[in-house]
Amino acid sequence: MPEQIPMQNLSFNQRVDRDLNNPALRTHFREAMDFLMDKRSHSFTDDEKLQSLRELGSSIRKRALSKLPDLLEQLENKLRDNGIRVHWAESSKEANQIVLDIAQHHGAKTMIKGKSMVSEETELNECLEQEGIHPVEADMGEYILQLAKEKPSHIVMPAIHKSKEDIAKLFEQNLDDCEYTEDVDTLIQAARKELRKQFHSADIGLTGVNFMVAETGSLVLVENEGNGRLATTVPKVHIAMTGIEKVTEYLDDLPPLLTLLTNSATGQAITTYVNIISSPRKGGEGGPEEVHLVLLDNGRTIPFADEEMRQTLQCIRCAACMNHCPVYTRLGGHAYGATYPGPIGSILSPHLLGLEATKDLPSASSLCGACSEVCPVKIPITDLLRRLRHEGVRKLKKDEEPVIRGHGAKYTHTEKLAWGSWSKLYSSPALYRTFAFSASMMRGLTPSKMKGWTDYRTTPKPAEKSMHALIKQHRKARKGEPL
Amino acid sequence: MPDLFVNAMPDQTGSDEPHAEQPYTTNSHARVYPSRPEKIYLYGNCLIDLLQPEAGLDALKLLEREGIEVVFPEQQTCCGQPAYTSGYDDEARTVARMQMDIMSEEWPIVILSGSCGGMMHHHYPSLFKGLPEEQQAKYFASRVFEFTEFLVHILNYQPEDQGNHQTVAVHTSCSARREMNVHKTGWLLIDSLKNVVRKVHDHEFECCGFGGSFCVRYPDISGAMVNDKVKAITDIKPDRLISADYACLMNINGALDFQGYELKGTHIASYLWERTSKQAAGENNA
Repeated sequence: MPEQIPMQNLSFNQRVDRDLNNPALRTHFREAMDFLMDKRSHSFTDDEKLQSLRELGSSIRKRALSKLPDLLEQLENKLRDNGIRVHWAESSKEANQIVLDIAQHHGAKTMIKGKSMVSEETELNECLEQEGIHPVEADMGEYILQLAKEKPSHIVMPAIHKSKEDIAKLFEQNLDDCEYTEDVDTLIQAARKELRKQFHSADIGLTGVNFMVAETGSLVLVENEGNGRLATTVPKVHIAMTGIEKVTEYLDDLPPLLTLLTNSATGQAITTYVNIISSPRKGGEGGPEEVHLVLLDNGRTIPFADEEMRQTLQCIRCAACMNHCPVYTRLGGHAYGATYPGPIGSILSPHLLGLEATKDLPSASSLCGACSEVCPVKIPITDLLRRLRHEGVRKLKKDEEPVIRGHGAKYTHTEKLAWGSWSKLYSSPALYRTFAFSASMMRGLTPSKMKGWTDYRTTPKPAEKSMHALIKQHRKARKGEPL
Repeated sequence: MPDLFVNAMPDQTGSDEPHAEQPYTTNSHARVYPSRPEKIYLYGNCLIDLLQPEAGLDALKLLEREGIEVVFPEQQTCCGQPAYTSGYDDEARTVARMQMDIMSEEWPIVILSGSCGGMMHHHYPSLFKGLPEEQQAKYFASRVFEFTEFLVHILNYQPEDQGNHQTVAVHTSCSARREMNVHKTGWLLIDSLKNVVRKVHDHEFECCGFGGSFCVRYPDISGAMVNDKVKAITDIKPDRLISADYACLMNINGALDFQGYELKGTHIASYLWERTSKQAAGENNA
């Protein structure tokens, strides 16, 4: 397993090299992804039903995005009516500052966290620690990573790259009275015992959000371990943090979205816990005295402005695309060098971080389409990867509005010229025939080394005669015969 | 969605089921097929033209034997996919325009590759969206059929197997599977050969790692993929490897050869011709 934290200063290719050549990681990811693919396929046994559900999920998400500004306004009003305070953050820095201000206002020293990929995106923990506030991750996977000082490698199962043995060692070193054991139940119990203490003493609970319902002003959170339930009910203050795209119009939109999410992610018909939070505590009820929602943009309005790119925001974060991706399966999540790895990360991260910092992500795909095929809300991921490649090699025209930060980050004059010549060659039959003829003639001179290709394969040799020539010959021989 | 203690997972993966085929078949656009035409265009593709030309000739002979008049436009070059997937839309359009112009009659266009088929059937309309050629591209795309799709759905072709017993592994290209939705037609044709047994290999649904320029831009990722594919195929020890896409075969064959295997993949057009023509079957069995 890689010892390093992923965001260090390695290039994409260096990270690929590191992780591809880690046999334990390769085997581990293959087994884990096979497991998740099987879970999903066993829960969607009726293809016709699945396709109509995907169609529905897609249209619900498209509808919500088409009215995004209005729905956000409606959501904010409803939430306020319900007593939930709403904060808007344009950047990660702003989001972290909002959380910090709330924490400092309450004189908080500790924070218990349910799983939140958005807080990973903003690197909230690092920010809190600098200010002397101690965050404790309560999701089991995130807890393991916090102990290991690592980043998630998967958005649903953040510690999927860790083996049982890794975790046993980690717990032995970090938990009181935890002896080395590979018994999973014992390990879970040891961590739960430790976390339970934290739940009771934490000043603030922070979680992510899966869906926000504009109609009712509700925050929806699904989970299997109960950490979300505890983090949103035990501490006096609950802060929810999420991206602006997670809003949905009606409460009725939830059932299909939840069904798609849990079945696609883990093959579960429903998660153990479905939390719907619509207000702070009232009267004699339990629950937090204050509930805050931090809504993060952080670049999301950039793809929102372009009709095709907007589809990126339909994502409900099930991770089925990474589970089915032959590249992710072989690399794991850390090689991508971004909070959101895999196919969805490759189309989302360029918007969040700019194409300059992510220029390899859209290209490092064979465009096999497995991701688009399983996406529960029908995001055309391969089309969007291709679109990003296009934006990466194209220079903006004069006065053209940019649709992404870092247009032309992959543009090189040499490559542009090469494709220009390619285009000339293949749009001129005469030139092409000459080229094909010469290739056949000089087949003996086919180089035995071709960069990249021959590290794993021998070179293909042009045939003695092209298909054009063979067919001509065949027709000549049959002259006189009716066709 | 939060959690699950996933680290217990490897313990739960001891299922004996092969990871052969996922029971999902998305993009299943119900396509309406025309009746049997008298005349068709045959489109080889640039890789077959240069590297595996026999497949083109075998397809032509097979179609002619079925009584179809085959027009082979000599001006054909490439569908434009390499530039398109690299993001060079203008360059792709220039090449695509030419292919559309030289096959403008109403005849079906039969393509010896799911990948070029996907480009022409699935992507041409979006490549020309909002441009004067949009209608032409749509009409062109509607006439594009992948070779096995054409044989099964339009010709109702029933091959008469003349060959000896053989086991066959089939590799289906991702474009054939997901853009053209025709992976089943390839299987059907192989399954209708009475002396041939089709064997399924591990992760058969997975990409071979070719991906056009991907394989040279990210050689190690692509290499890892093709090595796994070679292992999965050779593990089942098939007599033959068959695919309807030469691009994948060029990749898999190159890796098979690199690793010293004698197995070499054959294009389905050549295989069908070989199995159904007495002379060719005889030669192969000799």
